[in-house]
Amino acid sequence: MDGRVIAAESKPWQNPSAQPFISLRGVTKRFGNFTAVSEVDLDIYRSELFCLLGESGCGKSTLLRMLAGFELPTTGSIRIDGEDMARVPPDRRPTNMMFQSYALFPHMTVEKNVAYGLLREGLKKSQAYERARDMLRMVKLEKLARRKPDQLSGGQRQRVALARSLVKHPKLLLLDEPLGALDKKLREETQFELIKIQETLGVTFIVVTHDQDEAMTLATRIGVMKDGVIEQIGEPREIYETPRSRFVADFIGTVNLFGGKVDVAAPDMMRLDLHELGPVLVPPQTGLTHGQTIWGAVRPERFSLSRARPENTQNAWEGVVEEMGYIGHMSQYRIRLANGVLIRVSQSNRLRDEDPISWDENVWVSFNPAAFRVLTE
Amino acid sequence: MRGWFLPLAVLFGFIFLYAPIVSLVVFSFNESRLVTVWGGFSTRWYGELLRDRQILSSAWVSLQVAFWSANLAVIVGTLGAFVLTRFGKFFGRLLLTGMITAPLVMPEVITGLSLLLLFVSMELTLGWPAGRGLTTIIIAHTTFCAAFVAVIAQSRLRSMDESLEEAARDLGAGPVRVFFDVTLPVIAPALVAGWLLAFTLSLDDLVIASFVSGPGASTLPMVIFSKVRLGVSPDVNALATIIIGFVLVAVIIAGWLMRRAAKRDIG
Amino acid sequence: MNWRRALVIGIPMVWLGVFFLAPFFVLGRISLAEAIIARPPFTPLFERAPDGTLEIIASLENYRFLIEDALYRNAYLSSIRVALVSTIFALLIGYPIAYYIARAPEPKRSILLLMVILPFWTSFLLRVYAWMGFLRSNGVINNALISLGIIDAPLRMMQTDFAVYIGIVYTYLPFMILPLYANLTKLDGALLEAASDLGASPMVTFFTITLPLSLPGIVAGSMLVFIPAIGEYVIPALLGGPDTLMIGRVLWDEFFSSRDWPVASAVAIVMLFLVVAPIMWLQSIQNRREID
Repeated sequence: MDGRVIAAESKPWQNPSAQPFISLRGVTKRFGNFTAVSEVDLDIYRSELFCLLGESGCGKSTLLRMLAGFELPTTGSIRIDGEDMARVPPDRRPTNMMFQSYALFPHMTVEKNVAYGLLREGLKKSQAYERARDMLRMVKLEKLARRKPDQLSGGQRQRVALARSLVKHPKLLLLDEPLGALDKKLREETQFELIKIQETLGVTFIVVTHDQDEAMTLATRIGVMKDGVIEQIGEPREIYETPRSRFVADFIGTVNLFGGKVDVAAPDMMRLDLHELGPVLVPPQTGLTHGQTIWGAVRPERFSLSRARPENTQNAWEGVVEEMGYIGHMSQYRIRLANGVLIRVSQSNRLRDEDPISWDENVWVSFNPAAFRVLTE
Repeated sequence: MRGWFLPLAVLFGFIFLYAPIVSLVVFSFNESRLVTVWGGFSTRWYGELLRDRQILSSAWVSLQVAFWSANLAVIVGTLGAFVLTRFGKFFGRLLLTGMITAPLVMPEVITGLSLLLLFVSMELTLGWPAGRGLTTIIIAHTTFCAAFVAVIAQSRLRSMDESLEEAARDLGAGPVRVFFDVTLPVIAPALVAGWLLAFTLSLDDLVIASFVSGPGASTLPMVIFSKVRLGVSPDVNALATIIIGFVLVAVIIAGWLMRRAAKRDIG
Repeated sequence: MNWRRALVIGIPMVWLGVFFLAPFFVLGRISLAEAIIARPPFTPLFERAPDGTLEIIASLENYRFLIEDALYRNAYLSSIRVALVSTIFALLIGYPIAYYIARAPEPKRSILLLMVILPFWTSFLLRVYAWMGFLRSNGVINNALISLGIIDAPLRMMQTDFAVYIGIVYTYLPFMILPLYANLTKLDGALLEAASDLGASPMVTFFTITLPLSLPGIVAGSMLVFIPAIGEYVIPALLGGPDTLMIGRVLWDEFFSSRDWPVASAVAIVMLFLVVAPIMWLQSIQNRREID
């Protein structure tokens, strides 16, 4: 992604001696019998834009609220910039939060909303309003400073909320579904604006979202959550290309999942026996033994379609195009194999074929062995 | 429910609601002492009303009681509602929930009698309150009005976006500051409604005040009741007309203010 | 737990504890005493015996009296009957109004709603008084009927149970209409269209769709009328006859006319357990259901 190239040395999570800025150890939160967050260990580094991604009820918001201080962990510790947060109330934490509902004070003007936090710091009124005005200029809302929140559009409200949470220069900004209430087009524009602001100010961001596209676009790293547990932490590319579990593979994007066993696990070659596809040859991988139960994941775009049998691979199957959907930049296919298994395939429309593959055609589906991801969980 | 039945039923309903009030007003301008026989237009009953020291002084008592009861009820009721909606679990929560809603269903005769017996017992053992009068009526009214204020405040506090308070906390305000900076301004309209309701309920109450008042502290309903018990009397009609007039004017002003506020919000 | 939190909890807790809860203990204690002519007019609960120890003097005499005297039993039963009949009438009159307002277009709807609430803000006592002028033998209704030639002699309406029903329905009608209205506005108009699309006549639609869905509103409104009606004093005192027995009135007379504080207390205690407790129990069940 342009403008967002992170050099290897600027990826502190790859450097074992780097000091994490925020560190969670064994953080658990129970509400009665319900465990919202379970034994979470997490390190986040300075100036990261970390996304917590998961479905509603997975515990991501609870985790965020524990960082802000609205909930206290049942067990475990949270440190921000080396300081233990256990006894620090929300109003004394070096964090600020942007709420999902924006939580703009309805009885105060835009500039009063933004200046509120500065006044609580004990800043003089004139100074506070000046800094509030500067912040509003940055989010291009200086003209609306005297309006009340209910006289603003959704996008403008979102920017006021952002300005208000940034004006105190927090060490850590927590954003709860920051773009959730915006429509699709505005959301895409705002994503990049958010990245720009984050890079300009160098503030560490933690964003909670259920939208995987948003997480992929924004994040330096993503933590995928399910049932109170972080299933996988990694850079967007890592999460997508090498998911660690069936849940992550299925949750991020679409995927074809297969079940089966390891047939041959030799150092120079590996053969799997899959229920749906039969024998498949894949690059050798350590840690697998003969007879072990495994799952395989292949992204739809990693399949190729052709009318003739591809020559250079054994991993090819014959089938019929059952469904096809044209969505502009790409087309999606559902291929029914001879044994009844459905395979999802997507093909880029970058090369406009004179004669694209269409309904009811007999086709060959194949993949490059490198595209096959073996999962053991 | 289409056709003639529904509008007719509604018309009948509104006639039922308003006919007695209209006749009350009409006969307040009746020359005759017989309230139901028209004897020509006159305003003599208004004159008599204004010369009636007992009515005037009891009206003053009622206004004082209603004003202070409404103030205290808003404080007690709002604090109760706030504690129940924002404090999570605490010792005695169930008790407070019960105590704050029970006055709503408690028959007035029971509330009145039990409070009187309390005041008498307190006077015997503690020496306070010495006798009964304004203070005891205010205490009694505050107690039952607080329940109504609490219901209104509670529903507003529940519907209020709690992240507003969290946002203020997050921006560095302590809990007390949050209450006065954010919670109170946001629920203020509900509290105004609660205050008005408490004021009206207190002005209206006859039964509880009759139990807990003492000599020299008769409220307006008590005086009206003793007059009305003996039969209809035209100066009560005049009083009713004045009260209805006040309510109408207040409603019109409130409606006008609300419409103006709505217009300003749009513009 | 800090002192500020304790203070905020403490204010409503102490106020209601002292002025709402404690009175019931005093009430219970005096219901066990005996009436005497003194100040205060009841025997003390503790008495110092000649040997210096404290003796508790308590008797269930007042409760036995309540059970043996048919007057009290009849008063309890007739209170429930009067409240029930009035509630049904209020529902029959209130439902069409609430339905009509809920279906009315906007400016009309607000005005009608205001007209329902408006009488509530005028004095309750004066509204009951208005009916005295209406129902008397030389009142507005009788005069009108006689001058129209429908009747020859005035109907006796004042000082009857009928007048009490009218008084209660009239006073508490807004409490019936408002919850019904709140419920009926939430009713999705598409449901009614769907029903008629599937072949239901307006009548059938009303009884199979609207009525069952408005049941929570009916229950809420009925409670708001029934509960205060049961303990009502002013309406039976002004509109009812000497034979209109209602428990609130019996208690009042026991206290103000007979000056028998202990018996009045016992009446109140029985009323509390017979009438108020079941209602509070019902309400708590309803609340719990709403939370679920």
